[in-house]
Amino acid sequence: MANLKDAGHLLRLAAVFLVGFIVFLVLRGVLIPRSFGQYGHYRGNAIAEVAGRPISFGGHQACESCHSDVLETKAKGKHKGVACEACHGALAKHAEDPTALQPAKLDTAVLCARCHEANIAKPAAFPQVAAVDHSGGLACNTCHQPHSPVIDSGAAK
Amino acid sequence: MNITRRQVLILLPAAAVAWKYVIAGSPEASPNYSMTEHWWGMLVDVTKCIGCGTCVRGCQTENAVPDGYYRTWVERYHVSDAGIENPTVDSPDGGKNGFPPAAQAGGKNFFVPKMCNHCADSPCTQVCPVGATFISPDGVVLVDQKYCLGCRYCIQACPYGCRFLDPNTKTAQKCTLCYHRITKGLTTACCEVCPTGARQLADLKNPKDPIHEFLETHSVQVLKPHLATKAKLYYNGLDGAVR
Repeated sequence: MANLKDAGHLLRLAAVFLVGFIVFLVLRGVLIPRSFGQYGHYRGNAIAEVAGRPISFGGHQACESCHSDVLETKAKGKHKGVACEACHGALAKHAEDPTALQPAKLDTAVLCARCHEANIAKPAAFPQVAAVDHSGGLACNTCHQPHSPVIDSGAAK
Repeated sequence: MNITRRQVLILLPAAAVAWKYVIAGSPEASPNYSMTEHWWGMLVDVTKCIGCGTCVRGCQTENAVPDGYYRTWVERYHVSDAGIENPTVDSPDGGKNGFPPAAQAGGKNFFVPKMCNHCADSPCTQVCPVGATFISPDGVVLVDQKYCLGCRYCIQACPYGCRFLDPNTKTAQKCTLCYHRITKGLTTACCEVCPTGARQLADLKNPKDPIHEFLETHSVQVLKPHLATKAKLYYNGLDGAVR
């Protein structure tokens, strides 16, 4: 014990380090967000924040719960696999409250051409037309019914 | 009870550590959604893509993506018979409004939809100096908008060019795989609106997901497999010219 007599300066140094360490721990506790490191080297709460964003597209299941008649028409035709909002736009607000937002009226001459205008890069089996030659700019729904587009027996609307 | 100065000094750090766990709490979880039960990816069938750009418009609407920036986009490839090494690629406005008639005749032409590959070993998350970008426990690469400094390291690191600096928030932005939708049981906006089913959201942990049968019966590729990013965007019918 005798040789500890002159160790006072070492103990003071150790005390300074200890205080520094405690300050570090306290600051670390205050500055680092609570959920940091919960799942990995990031803020765990960020996941819930990203997930909390409201949706814009309601999904075709939401449409089909009311518009079952359209679903029946579509099921018979080639557009069976095309979701409602692919053409009608994002309508989650309409699905939530049908009076809040009415779907916009669509211009079939523009809308149909987006998919069906001929382009060499499209898969060869995909039905394509050169709109100018096919209809001369006439709206597509003059002849085709968009929900089931095949023209049968010449009488279509 | 007498506590000596020495005991206080020993107890303080312990108390600090304990306090951290007291205030940690647990994050607000989506009801009926368990992160450990999912591992998300996507299937892109190049042979079905018609380059209509509905996915690009849908993504922009769903996620309020600023004009001129894209979380997903569609590229048109033109590969001449001799030039598989030098394809011509165009993507006017990210393919948002479709594509004009091809400039070059002949050769091979096709569309390739692109977006974040949600790599399991993503280069972008590895370079973030502050832990603002990460791969979630269910396999989605996300950005913590409150933590991002806007240093752009991740934008440089992404070998697929899928990130950008949001001009409004000055933080890194990218595809979230519509995390706010898939945690509610919906599919992503791009998959929802794709008229030909060229995009399919895939839950690789769900044994009933049709992705498993598809992967077993088709020749499927990922982009830049030599980088070993463990990309989870699976392309069917991908041409060797695609970069």
